[in-house]
Amino acid sequence: MHNPQLNSDGKLSHLLSIEGLPKAILTQILDTAASFMGVSSREVKKVPLLRGKSVFNLFFENSTRTRTTFEIAAKRLSADVINLDINKSSTAKGETLLDTIDNLCAMDANLFVVRHASSGAPYLIADHLRRIGRNDIHVVNAGDGRHAHPTQGLLDMYTIRHYKQDFTQLRVAIVGDILHSRVARSDIHALTTLGVPEVRAIGPETLLPKHLDKLGVQVFHDMEEGLKDCDVVIMLRLQNERMNGALLPSAGEYFRHYGLTPQKLALAKPDAIVMHPGPMNRGVEIHSAVADGPQAVILPQVTFGIAVRMAVMSIVAGNS
Amino acid sequence: MAPEHLPDAETQCRQLADLIRPHLQQRPALVGIYSGGAWVAERLRELLGLTEDIGLIDVSFYRDDFSEKGLHPQCRPTVIPFDVEGRHILLVDDVLYTGRTTRAAINELFDYGRPASVGLAVLADRGGRELPVAATHCVWQAELAAGQSLTLARSEGEQTHGQLAWRLENA
Repeated sequence: MHNPQLNSDGKLSHLLSIEGLPKAILTQILDTAASFMGVSSREVKKVPLLRGKSVFNLFFENSTRTRTTFEIAAKRLSADVINLDINKSSTAKGETLLDTIDNLCAMDANLFVVRHASSGAPYLIADHLRRIGRNDIHVVNAGDGRHAHPTQGLLDMYTIRHYKQDFTQLRVAIVGDILHSRVARSDIHALTTLGVPEVRAIGPETLLPKHLDKLGVQVFHDMEEGLKDCDVVIMLRLQNERMNGALLPSAGEYFRHYGLTPQKLALAKPDAIVMHPGPMNRGVEIHSAVADGPQAVILPQVTFGIAVRMAVMSIVAGNS
Repeated sequence: MAPEHLPDAETQCRQLADLIRPHLQQRPALVGIYSGGAWVAERLRELLGLTEDIGLIDVSFYRDDFSEKGLHPQCRPTVIPFDVEGRHILLVDDVLYTGRTTRAAINELFDYGRPASVGLAVLADRGGRELPVAATHCVWQAELAAGQSLTLARSEGEQTHGQLAWRLENA
């Protein structure tokens, strides 16, 4: 089946999901991001790649960090950035998603960064652009429902490569609410594509999707057992709204079993790194001593995220 | 020109160093343009006995053909290990052709600061300029057909001692 993210030359024209992307493209994005890292430390923190292009941030769902880092990334590429707070605009008045897109195309948009609560919304937009013959307009998924958050997955891979160099010798644990996490899904696809031999999922049965083993993931319900000898620990945010359902007894109970404390982290390798996509709930999924400790690389993740988003936008914008 | 008549690139590096040597009182900082220019700049640094690290520029983010060709699939980080502000900079490349790469490199350099001057040292000038660019130091005026591609190659093996040699390909 044709991958809707690739153009007829097999090059990345939209970034919708890490699933189905070849290793070579993931590596190209990480390598390009490495080149962009230096831009932030120059006198002029910009390169002219997207000069004269318009990037529209379409956030149908709130996210301050992701939207801000996409905005910084686009501005460092010299693009004009337009932030649309969709909840307060046309959609609230009843306009359909594709009508919104058509209107923005009429405003000469070049690239859409899309965050949407419904899985598949960025695919719908990319497919629509193809049908109306606008191969010169690109879509980057900034998180869709429970499905995917590919730039977060890529910045996580950048972080792991930065600290651990070689993917093929690693044991990586993802801890927490994997069932509702698009970050976890993107991470799992990226880790397996890049050749990580052992990916572990740790969490209570109610928060782990079924059939994880089919993705090549080992499942642990006991965190102590799962963390043993890991090189990388990726903590996920426990979404407060899950607490209201029947999925969990209480935040305190969750922290006792699945919160990352210094004691539990000591079971991983001594040089293990701790990652978190943010925003963190201190005392729910992570202890402050770990979040602020020497093994945490949570703030470098944010910095790397800008370079990774610059890489993704400049690569797709060049592949019409 | 037939490939067997290509001049020796290592000899040319020594000749280029001889051309630059009289101007060392300006304390020029060398900046090699990837990939051939980076190798030549590294060689010049040895031959001229310079102690300062060289700069390296990958012009992928400053090219003028991004809209047609997209981003180069293999870009390397630009590294400028000295303060550009007020320095005499000597850009180094293997071949000067259309001048577009030089234009991109100068633009990138200025995003690091305002240099006192920018010169250009190349092993080969093959004509065919599309911009008003000229080399400050050049050892070989190469006469080539438009379809021919002249590139510098470095032999595999111990990184810094890889031998430089010309390759000529007919498109």
